[in-house]
Amino acid sequence: MGRKFAVAINPKWCKKCGICAAFCPRQVFTHKAGHVPEITAEEKCIGCNQCEQRCPDFAVTVRGKNDESDS
Amino acid sequence: MMLAEKYLRDAMMPHMWCPGCGHGIILQAVIRAIDKAGLEHDKTVIVSGIGCSSRASGYMNFDTLHTTHGRALPFASGIKMANPDLNVIVLTGDGDALAIGGNHFIHACRRNIDITTVIFNNSIYGMTSGQYSPMTPVGQFATTSPYGNIDRNFDVCELAKSAGATYVARSTAYHAPSMPDLIVKAINNKGFSVVEAVGQCPTYYGRRNKLGSPVDMLNWQKEHAVNVAAAAHLTPEQLADKLIIGELHNSSAPEFTEKYDQLVARLQGRE
Repeated sequence: MGRKFAVAINPKWCKKCGICAAFCPRQVFTHKAGHVPEITAEEKCIGCNQCEQRCPDFAVTVRGKNDESDS
Repeated sequence: MMLAEKYLRDAMMPHMWCPGCGHGIILQAVIRAIDKAGLEHDKTVIVSGIGCSSRASGYMNFDTLHTTHGRALPFASGIKMANPDLNVIVLTGDGDALAIGGNHFIHACRRNIDITTVIFNNSIYGMTSGQYSPMTPVGQFATTSPYGNIDRNFDVCELAKSAGATYVARSTAYHAPSMPDLIVKAINNKGFSVVEAVGQCPTYYGRRNKLGSPVDMLNWQKEHAVNVAAAAHLTPEQLADKLIIGELHNSSAPEFTEKYDQLVARLQGRE
């Protein structure tokens, strides 16, 4: 454990499909239909990056909090 | 996505694809692959045809060419012939590559010219509101098959392999985390490489076929994909409605631009 991640959504690019929230294994996001998902439990993020890699809009970014890597 | 700053044209974003469209997921995998393969911006050309997927070239911060319908591969072949040092990547759709451009596709495979082609397969012509393509499965609905499609669909990977492509792989938008590695191998193959990327068109294909939300369509890909190693242990009946994913073919054969250079050298008496 120990490693923490910062999750961000670019609201200008997000098209509100909710794919990030649906495939997150730790329920980091809360998504209401028709809205940009909210990041409501960032501390649970394990950095698996599935949200970022399945985002069709290049809108999700996950970063390690202590480094600059894109992972 | 941090790589977006490096590889996308910021002024063109957000892109025009519908919410939940698989094309953005596949394009991200292409970008990750280009980054992993370490391709130089000035040595890489992106070529596309016409259709939703072919809009991808316009978002990419490289030298790009958005060509005519079905003709991405002839333009790409010309670029590669003029300067074989360039990395040429073709982004095309199932209709663009296999209907309008079907003949160009099989002959590019046959020539084994060093081009990487990523086929964004969403099983439909999305841009023109949902006509069936040569990749629309039998029985599925489109605006032009209101009673169900009676044509059999191509297996583009088998087609590419039979026609002479030396690297062939398939992945899906759901499998985005593993897709870049297949594209990297396609890029590194010295010859014609084809990666079929199965994606989802929630707007025209999904809605007409009652496939649910983009999330449902991604879950369909998850449930119907079988890795090529696991598929070897299954019967044709068990594989009937499955997508075999992974590296499907990897061979070597003389590459076209090298053979052409050798021919020129021979005729000029340089060898």
